[in-house]
Amino acid sequence: MANVKISALHKRFGGVHAVRGIDLDIPDGEFTVLVGPSGCGKSTLLRTIAGLEDIDEGDIEIGGQVVNQMRPRDRDVAMVFQDYALYPHMTVAGNISLSLRARRMAKPEIEERVKRAAEMLGIGPLLGRYPRQLFGGQRQRVAIGRAIVRNPRVFLFDEPLSNLDAQLRDEMRSEIKRLHQEIATTMIYVTHDQIEAMTLADRIVLLRDGVIEQQGAPLDLFEQPASLFVAGFLGSPKMNFLTGRLERGPEGSAIRLGDSGPVLTLPRGRSPAAAEDARVILGLRPEHVGRAQASGPAEGMARIEAEIELIQPTGSRSYATFRLGGQPLVAELQAHDVSRPGERVAVDINLRRAALFNPETGRAL
Amino acid sequence: MPGPVRYRVSGMRNLRANVARFLVIGLFVVFVLVPLYWVVITSIKPSSDYLTVPPVWFPAAPTMVHYTAALFSYRGLQGLINSLIVASAATVLSSVMGTMMAYSLARFNTGGQHLAFWVLSQRFLPPVAIILPIFLLFRSWHLYDTHFGLIVAYTFMTLPLSVWMMYAYFRQLPKSLEEAALVDGLSRWQAFWMVAVPLAAPGVAAAAVFVFIAVWTEFFFALILTSRYAFTLPTVFRAFLGFQGAQYGEACALATTSLVPSIILGMLVQRHLVRGLTLGALRG
Repeated sequence: MANVKISALHKRFGGVHAVRGIDLDIPDGEFTVLVGPSGCGKSTLLRTIAGLEDIDEGDIEIGGQVVNQMRPRDRDVAMVFQDYALYPHMTVAGNISLSLRARRMAKPEIEERVKRAAEMLGIGPLLGRYPRQLFGGQRQRVAIGRAIVRNPRVFLFDEPLSNLDAQLRDEMRSEIKRLHQEIATTMIYVTHDQIEAMTLADRIVLLRDGVIEQQGAPLDLFEQPASLFVAGFLGSPKMNFLTGRLERGPEGSAIRLGDSGPVLTLPRGRSPAAAEDARVILGLRPEHVGRAQASGPAEGMARIEAEIELIQPTGSRSYATFRLGGQPLVAELQAHDVSRPGERVAVDINLRRAALFNPETGRAL
Repeated sequence: MPGPVRYRVSGMRNLRANVARFLVIGLFVVFVLVPLYWVVITSIKPSSDYLTVPPVWFPAAPTMVHYTAALFSYRGLQGLINSLIVASAATVLSSVMGTMMAYSLARFNTGGQHLAFWVLSQRFLPPVAIILPIFLLFRSWHLYDTHFGLIVAYTFMTLPLSVWMMYAYFRQLPKSLEEAALVDGLSRWQAFWMVAVPLAAPGVAAAAVFVFIAVWTEFFFALILTSRYAFTLPTVFRAFLGFQGAQYGEACALATTSLVPSIILGMLVQRHLVRGLTLGALRG
């Protein structure tokens, strides 16, 4: 068990500056998810922690010890790879025990530890098989077994679920979460999947172009995105982005959508740091836009009328696309909503949950 | 009924394709096997049957006399033993060193872009261009006409071959397996021996067979670098072509004998051979 501290880390591959000055402090026992689009440097960052890539500048500390020059084997970290990286010429037991054998641990203890790890993951009956005789999910379990058998200080996961089909992925995701609850060791997990990030993480670190865009608890990032990029990356369906202009009046601030679209009055006290008539982007999550209730709009809600263009049912709920000031707006409807495309309906927008962004900088206002 | 008719047409086409395929393969097999048959059968013919018209396809009175003559009178047995010693040792050395060099080139890009190709370029030198300096060196270092000298010469002669076969092989092995081993607590050396080499076994087997056959059939270096003591099997064949005529029976008897080790080796590793060769070919 150990914390991981990264300071001013840089990594270049030839002319590509993959990691550009990352500072990150991961407390002992935390589940941290590094997430971002492909090429954002998240896997590179993970591999530098493992010691599989040299670093160009900065420091990596594990358990208070600088490990910049330390070989991977001495760092006491375990890693689960995207393609599992099981040794094809060894049985499941051989795969799991290799690290212990390399350490010349006594045979009875190796057997005991392998057995315990296999039981934990439900792969006891597979110990005598070879990787080629296993299914994807079983292989993934073996790869995880290989990691936990060592009791490492830190677990590293490099997109471990991306080769599994959707159903298995859900299953393994909850198993990884359960595993973390059981052994409470520091885990650093790389993924490009925002659902994995949201469900697994104690803390999400969202990377973009080799720098940290925002980090924090999943719900903090979800509800208070620091930038357009974070807002668009987290959440499915995506947050709606509507461009408009800021208007200021005696009632407070309001946003006029498009050039002649509806005016949405912001809740009292919400006064964005932007000039009168400045262009802004209004971010609205679909779950904060819905069919108007029978009673009048509540405090902080805006009511508008709009025509339904498209309905996409998912079973548990439906998503309707409207057009507002020439821009598409997706709203979440009840699953049994009977509205049809072409209908004009009243829509309530919860502006207390709206986000505002500066279109030039992409930062939140 | 259009369906069945179409099936019959395609069936006919399949049949024709198969017949053509078997004809081509059959011709190739005949092309390869007839000379072999002729060598084997000549080795047991009495000398009167060598050059008769029409040819004798199977001798009425087979004899083993050419074998005893070739192996003992012409010192074929000594050549066979020398060849076995030299070829086995050179094969082991060349495969081990070649595998390690290839791993270094493939994983660490040792020597930059050009070293790997430079290694291969050693094969471009015509042997005759380097034989004189090697001969002089061997004379002064007392390596002339020794097993050890010949083993050294053959190891370095075949290294480019084994390096390149293994280089191609290692490059197509996924890196993540060795990385997993490194994180798992193995040293680079352990990861090489416990993970990379077992996975590259088909490539090692294929390279070893190639090296063995190359050394087993090498004539020129053996001719120049040995004389009475460390001479190898190919050099023995000189004796069968004298100015008084050719000893066809003895030559064929020794040729038949010399086939045996290659065949045994081929059978031992044939399971690996196809995979080793095709992977090398795809990536080479």
